[in-house]
Amino acid sequence: MSHDHAPELSHFQLPNGLDVVVIPDRRAPVVTHMVYYRNGAADDPHGKSGIAHFLEHLMFKGTEKHPDGAFSDLVSDLGGQENAFTGHDYTAYYQRVAREHLQKMMELEADRMTGLVLAEDQVLSERDVILEERKMHVDADPASQLYESLQATLFTHHPYGTPIIGWQHEIEQLTREDALAYYRRFYTPENAILIVAGDVTEERVRALAEKTYGRIARRNEAPRRQRPQEPPPAAERLVTLTDAKVEQPAVYRMYLAPSHGTAKGNDAHALEVLCQVLAGSSASLMYRDLVVERSLAVNVSSWYRNDALDQGYFGLYAVPRDGVGLDDLDREIDAILAQVMANGFSEAVLARGKTRLIADLVYAQDSQAHLARIYGGTLATGGSIADVRDWSDRIDQVTLDDIRRVAAACLNRARVVRGHLRKAA
Amino acid sequence: MASPKRKVAVAPQTRIDRVVSPSGIEAWLVEDYTVPLISMDFAFVGGGALDPAPLAGLSHLMAGLLDEGAGPYRGQDYQERLEDKAIEISFSSNRDRIEGSLRTLDRHGEAAFDMLALAVNQPRFDQDAIDRVKAQVMASLKREETDPDALAWKAFRARAFGDHPYGRGDKGTPASLSTITRADLVTAHGRRLARDRLKIAVVGAIDAETLGRALDRIFGGLPASMPADIVADIVPAGLGSVVVSPLAVPQSTLALGRPGLHRLDPDFMAAYVVNHILGGGSFTSRLWTEVRERRGLAYSVWSQLSTSRHSAMLLAGTATSNERVAESLAIIRAEFARMAEKGPSGRELDRALQYLIGSYALRFDTSRKIAGHLVEIQVEDLGIDYIAMRNSRMAAVTLADTRRVAARLIGDGGLLVAVAGQPEGIADT
Repeated sequence: MSHDHAPELSHFQLPNGLDVVVIPDRRAPVVTHMVYYRNGAADDPHGKSGIAHFLEHLMFKGTEKHPDGAFSDLVSDLGGQENAFTGHDYTAYYQRVAREHLQKMMELEADRMTGLVLAEDQVLSERDVILEERKMHVDADPASQLYESLQATLFTHHPYGTPIIGWQHEIEQLTREDALAYYRRFYTPENAILIVAGDVTEERVRALAEKTYGRIARRNEAPRRQRPQEPPPAAERLVTLTDAKVEQPAVYRMYLAPSHGTAKGNDAHALEVLCQVLAGSSASLMYRDLVVERSLAVNVSSWYRNDALDQGYFGLYAVPRDGVGLDDLDREIDAILAQVMANGFSEAVLARGKTRLIADLVYAQDSQAHLARIYGGTLATGGSIADVRDWSDRIDQVTLDDIRRVAAACLNRARVVRGHLRKAA
Repeated sequence: MASPKRKVAVAPQTRIDRVVSPSGIEAWLVEDYTVPLISMDFAFVGGGALDPAPLAGLSHLMAGLLDEGAGPYRGQDYQERLEDKAIEISFSSNRDRIEGSLRTLDRHGEAAFDMLALAVNQPRFDQDAIDRVKAQVMASLKREETDPDALAWKAFRARAFGDHPYGRGDKGTPASLSTITRADLVTAHGRRLARDRLKIAVVGAIDAETLGRALDRIFGGLPASMPADIVADIVPAGLGSVVVSPLAVPQSTLALGRPGLHRLDPDFMAAYVVNHILGGGSFTSRLWTEVRERRGLAYSVWSQLSTSRHSAMLLAGTATSNERVAESLAIIRAEFARMAEKGPSGRELDRALQYLIGSYALRFDTSRKIAGHLVEIQVEDLGIDYIAMRNSRMAAVTLADTRRVAARLIGDGGLLVAVAGQPEGIADT
């Protein structure tokens, strides 16, 4: 299996510690400019959940040099698009603009790495916005509430169990001082990764980065991320949410599993293949068995959170057909997993899963923004450029023995939190 | 910041070739070998609105079954053959169209075209696949019964369009789905997929000659034409009324709208600019500033021009705490009225044009975006020179245009308002 035209990417570091990645894509005269900070919701101080995400919103308010949303105004005037997102392990900001405006973006993003200014009234109205965001995404949707509860149950000790947006009662208490303290701690050149993808060269990015980000003084060493680690789980757990608004019941499962950050050998790669083969598409094992052949489920899916600094998890989801109980569906899923652990599956099935995964990385090359996110997410969770480069080969090397090994180690009852979404009678 | 000078930005430099196959099927091609992929998007004009009322959801179900078994391959075999080569084929439909899309590595191009040809020409409509996809649609209809967004827009459609086909959802109802038979699906396939309704765009690692042969293989066997579109044009009704769908959630979702302008209306471009200033431009629009930035009433607030084949609307939406619905609604109404009365300021117009002209290039940075946009241009009948002309046409919009068109578009500001939730102080009217 070949890499199929991996981009000619470069990676270097400025003297102040800022990591820089350049991903050329000359098909259109545009660039994607991103800055990742190596801190996210899992670094929120205890009792201040949601502060990383709150600060992400507040970063659009302005700086001493560019007050009152001037950055967003400028992006818009230049015909650019922008946004930001917060994960458990990173916070990222990006703009997409015509290539001639790259320098301006770098000037303003560098400025807001140290120059943020917050007015009390702005902070308070933005906190209301976030409470509305939480209501929209969580409180109105029983499935989202259950999912939040599943994560909190799976991670009993590690902050991955706390929602990125934060718990409502803690969001309500967040202050301007909380945001600024968090900002001063994490927003430093040593803690940041600059990704520029698009119609650029390494030389141009290097020159512009030195003129902009390069002028920010090194703080000292990069902030350390020290999170309490999850103890080995011992007990199977079941979380049930029953609500009158549930018209369509469903079962969920989450298993504590290693991530690329914590896995030994090729365990994470094997889990990726397993995830694809189990329920990753409508050609998958669970889909064939439960949806097509036995009509017990309407739909199934699987996901694997592998891009994490600390432990990840492996998820399964199934929607029963009318008349099929959630406990029955759980038993069927157990039977399929037992079968995979005992006998694996055919080489043809294995090859199909790998082909799909490897092609996805080739498809990703169609989008500079997507590529930028792949590299940004990898570097921000402790990975390297080489990890992305070698990824296809390592997926290709996964064997059936590897799959059986990781299935037995991860998808066992001690590690599972099951979720039932039920309609109130 | 100094007032930006208006810039007549260069048009995107994407070169589009009009390819005509040996049997006369046309596609627009952007040939590019940078990435070893081929993306094809296509649309048949005419969708769910053509379904007879008792069979609502027929087109949606038919489109969903095209890749669930075709030619000699039953559903699962078909899907596995796609997965073996990581070929992506998908179909969807809305009230106005049946749409399809193909994505493949270039080295599997021929196999991908063969598989697509089977789906387009010889879908099996096996009974087990029909039952399976029906169950999936039913499950999603069930979820929508308590989804605030789906509920609000369902009530909005019903009040705006009544018994017109636009008054119903694309997926149909539990009753209509259980009525649909295999024979209905076969008939719908024969009627909706015709060559005179077909628009195709291809982007990626393929030359015109190879594409021409593929077009004949995929689409050459379809009927040349289909009966004329019998859906009536309609203007949304219910302006000034409020419809509440009660749902036990702490936040209400608001769906708002009034008549808009059709895509080929000479004022469309100016209306597009007006909408951008009102609620289209995220982070900069008036609605964003007043509802979110100044007051923190909502996470999301937006407006957009919605152009369907038989109707045109100006829509808006937001979600806000139950006790703040009245306040949010009053602010949105005031912004509509202010825009109708005075139009944008010169500075707002300059800035909107800067954005709309400058950002057009961002629609051309992935194969999928380009293919999707090229199909859109063909369906809307804007002409192959649209891309080259679009920015200079946009730059020609004047302040007087926007003020006149704002008044025309928003009129007396009357809105149909649908709310899902437990809004305080808001009742049906």
